[in-house]
Amino acid sequence: MTRRVAFAIAILLALAWSLGPVLWQILTAIKPDAQITHAPLVYWPHPPTGEHFRAIWERKPFGLYLLNSTFIAFFAALLCLVFATPAAMALARLLPRDRDRVLLTFLVLSLFPPILLLFPLYEAVRGLGWINQPVALVVPYAALHLPLAVWVLESGFRSIPVSIDEAARLDGLSVVRRLVRVLAPLATPSIVTAGILVFIFAWNEFMLAVTFLTRDQAKTVTAGIASVSGASLYEIPWGPLCAAITLATLPLFVLVLVFQRRIVSGLTRGAVKG
Amino acid sequence: MNGRATIRESWVLIAPAFLFLLAVIALPILRVLWLSFLHADLVGNQQFSFAGIDQYDRLWNDARWLKSLGNTVMFTFSSVAIELGLGLALALLLHRAFRGRGLVRALVTLPWVLPTAIMALAWAWIANDTFGVANDLLQRLGLLRAPVAWLGAPATAMTTVVLADVWKTTPFVTLVLLAGLQGIPDTVVEAARLDGLSPWRRLARVTLPLLLPSVLVAGLFRLIQAYGAFDLIYVMTGGGPGGATETVSLYAYRNYFRYLDFGYGSALAVQAVVLMALLSWAIVRWAREPGEVS
Repeated sequence: MTRRVAFAIAILLALAWSLGPVLWQILTAIKPDAQITHAPLVYWPHPPTGEHFRAIWERKPFGLYLLNSTFIAFFAALLCLVFATPAAMALARLLPRDRDRVLLTFLVLSLFPPILLLFPLYEAVRGLGWINQPVALVVPYAALHLPLAVWVLESGFRSIPVSIDEAARLDGLSVVRRLVRVLAPLATPSIVTAGILVFIFAWNEFMLAVTFLTRDQAKTVTAGIASVSGASLYEIPWGPLCAAITLATLPLFVLVLVFQRRIVSGLTRGAVKG
Repeated sequence: MNGRATIRESWVLIAPAFLFLLAVIALPILRVLWLSFLHADLVGNQQFSFAGIDQYDRLWNDARWLKSLGNTVMFTFSSVAIELGLGLALALLLHRAFRGRGLVRALVTLPWVLPTAIMALAWAWIANDTFGVANDLLQRLGLLRAPVAWLGAPATAMTTVVLADVWKTTPFVTLVLLAGLQGIPDTVVEAARLDGLSPWRRLARVTLPLLLPSVLVAGLFRLIQAYGAFDLIYVMTGGGPGGATETVSLYAYRNYFRYLDFGYGSALAVQAVVLMALLSWAIVRWAREPGEVS
């Protein structure tokens, strides 16, 4: 009995640690200003207010931020899958030795810290006239997360029996048809997983976004919110800011709850296979 | 079935992905390497000219670089060490069977899925000196007498940044270790139990040694990520106060976009990666050694 109680307490502590910081933002977001800056601290808002959510909409092009983020993350995931899916299909059928070599090369390329790539990418983006254009982020995001997508997809394709491939080949289907009509539908679960993961990481990215997007209307939600940082950290209106934090993290919260098993297993596969 | 045609077909399918990575990752790496051997700044000479190893030479006389390197090492090792400990505890906890385990695992994973830059703001708010919940909770628990300006003093700023990083990235370690735990056959642990080993001994003598490869993988990945940390620190402290949390990534970024010294910025980025690569290589070598003996 005591062991079960201790276990339950440990689980609750783990949840409090993981969710506490997020819940605190939500509580602040629905707290009237007077209670945010009240000593001693007010924990529970009474009554809850929606004023901060209205304020961010008026103060900043917040709807545009969300739209930009969705657009960029979606197309980054799509572009990434377009490159990663054929590669993963082929890798799953290679000899283990060759396969591991290619996967390792991809992995090493994904380990370079973004600061190393930042300036050359900036030069390229400027040269192409892509500053403040979504494509300036879509292309690098697709590339930076391509290795992860290939890792996740490859194990999906590997679980499809080779006999299905061969039957389709004997039927005279071309490579493209075999991929699109036969194999991709069978690998849908891992394609969805890879797509969600790339979407999430693209939504979260900050360094490139804050560098390549200078116009407020062009910013992603991550860059838009977090660029208030630094010295201005002490003059921030925390109510609206916490409302913005809540709105920017909410889509991810929902994704995690809806696709919990998929995200956990995808992240694990992507992380562990080294 | 024509084997050779299949193999050719495979490479044709892999080539686009490979060329894409070459263009967006490998080419920029070559470019930054080249830039690091140039005088390339918009302050003095507008013309880029060959500098040989001048930029790397500058590093030795740059106290700010040494300090940023020290900060990076401090940040990296303290956060990775805590994450491995905490991540292991969480993994052992979530490895046991209980109702609602899937949901709990997903919720514990949540911090890793949220945007680092945005959660950095959230943590700055938690650590706020006057209205922050951290000060309030610690005072209520009697652990703190007076409120602390966490991000205002060098030592506490580093601690706070490390703590925020631990919160954000421990789930990664937990996930890797959970996968590792799943790979340990139940029969092995069961045998140890039948041999009369206490739970602690089973952990120390059986589970941990078998889990070691996963611990190394998690540690190595986290080391590389933490070493390149940018978002969290840029947003929480901007490298302050007084450069106490400025990492090499941040210093390189400043050289690029504030001082417009692209040559030196590139040299900073390149040397950081070279040092990291050497360290990773040393760790991998060290990890492999026991395997070669047995």
